[in-house]
Amino acid sequence: MELIAFKSILAISIFTLGLVIAMYSTYFERKVAAFMQDRIGPNRAGPFGLLQPLADGGKMFFKEEFIPKEANTFLFTFAPGLAMLTACMTSAVIPWAPDLTIGNLVYKFQIADLNIGILYILAILSVSVYGIMLGGWASNNKYSLLSAIRASSQMISYELAMGLSIITIVMMSGSVSLRDITAQQSGSLFGISFLQGLNWNIFYQPLGFLIFMTCALAECNRAPFDMAECESELIGGYHTEFSSMKLGFFLFAEYINMFISSTIISVLFFGGYNFPGMHLISNPMLLTALGFVALMIKALFFIFVFMWIRWTLPRFRYDQLMQLGWKKLIPLALGNMLITAFVLLVKQ
Amino acid sequence: MEYLYILILAAISLGFVMLTIFGSNLLGPKKSTKHKDENFECGVESDGDARQPISVKYFIVAILFVLFDVEVIFFYPYAVIFKEMGMQGFVAVLLFVAVFLVGFYYIIKKGILDWNYTSVELKKP
Repeated sequence: MELIAFKSILAISIFTLGLVIAMYSTYFERKVAAFMQDRIGPNRAGPFGLLQPLADGGKMFFKEEFIPKEANTFLFTFAPGLAMLTACMTSAVIPWAPDLTIGNLVYKFQIADLNIGILYILAILSVSVYGIMLGGWASNNKYSLLSAIRASSQMISYELAMGLSIITIVMMSGSVSLRDITAQQSGSLFGISFLQGLNWNIFYQPLGFLIFMTCALAECNRAPFDMAECESELIGGYHTEFSSMKLGFFLFAEYINMFISSTIISVLFFGGYNFPGMHLISNPMLLTALGFVALMIKALFFIFVFMWIRWTLPRFRYDQLMQLGWKKLIPLALGNMLITAFVLLVKQ
Repeated sequence: MEYLYILILAAISLGFVMLTIFGSNLLGPKKSTKHKDENFECGVESDGDARQPISVKYFIVAILFVLFDVEVIFFYPYAVIFKEMGMQGFVAVLLFVAVFLVGFYYIIKKGILDWNYTSVELKKP
């Protein structure tokens, strides 16, 4: 009973954390863009413009909810909800901090310790395609439809390479559970004792990381893969016809997905909550807190990388995007998998 | 038991989504006019709707995705136990990958992944 209460509180906190980080990512994105383009960025609402996300959110609520007369009303309402729901669901299997034992109860800072963690994430990702697809189709707008089809076709293409690049990580740790993958990365790098807590997969799988990162960008529909919303061709993309909080949901879902992808990159390749010097800390409370902070720093850094890439690289052309996904990333990921398997078997 | 917690998270998210959708529906103004309700089409009069056939390429990509994703999923159980299976298992997987690559080579040669229109035209039998 206590455990259920704890997990409910954890679920609510993680959910809120996702929302707050997504909100402030919008602010951060504008600040990063401003910095890169030598502008100031939002600075009117509150000190340094820190209240800007709240003002934007509040504005969204009071905007008119518009449904075009040709649109399919039910799906038009359902699609943004689905996009948001799937974005919120992926956080369930991520281990956020080291376990904490109080009395005889072990508190796991992971909403659900599924033994099929990665498959769960891939499954939810596949469902999230529907939010965009249904949204674009239901608006009954030619631009939205084109954008939705482009987006879904891009997302399914990159899912293949993503799945293949995760397999190498599964081979390294021998498990599909994110908890085991994190635990496996807590040792010392290459067996050197002062590199304790740095046994991160990135040092063994740099190519896998690059493939995964590229696919994560494509899965989140972020630049340079934001074919779904290239303004010059498709107006606003699949959310052209959406307004009010429905539009807000699509934008929000994108930022939550970005946050979760960054966290997953940190967990798979950068040791999750492990950090160097971890074994020196004896206070379990402090260890849990610091572990969480370490994971957050890594995740926020990757959110910054996502933005950095967006404001640096121009958009791909659609044929280039499909070429990269199918003809380059899939063979690369496949080769990487086979080489990893061979090396691990020879070393055994 | 662990799936119960996923249901809890789903319930929280669903509650939030429903509340927000209905809430913003109540809060905003409502005003509809004939031209406003039309679909947006770059400011020009909208012509027909979007229920039209689209390029078959996307459909082929979707089918290929289903095929290849099933093959990718087959690698997961192998990746978990490949150390126990040793070299023998590795050779078996090499064969599987070879079959995978034959199919892959076939679709590339067919020009399915060429999105450049002219090259598709040229490769027509």
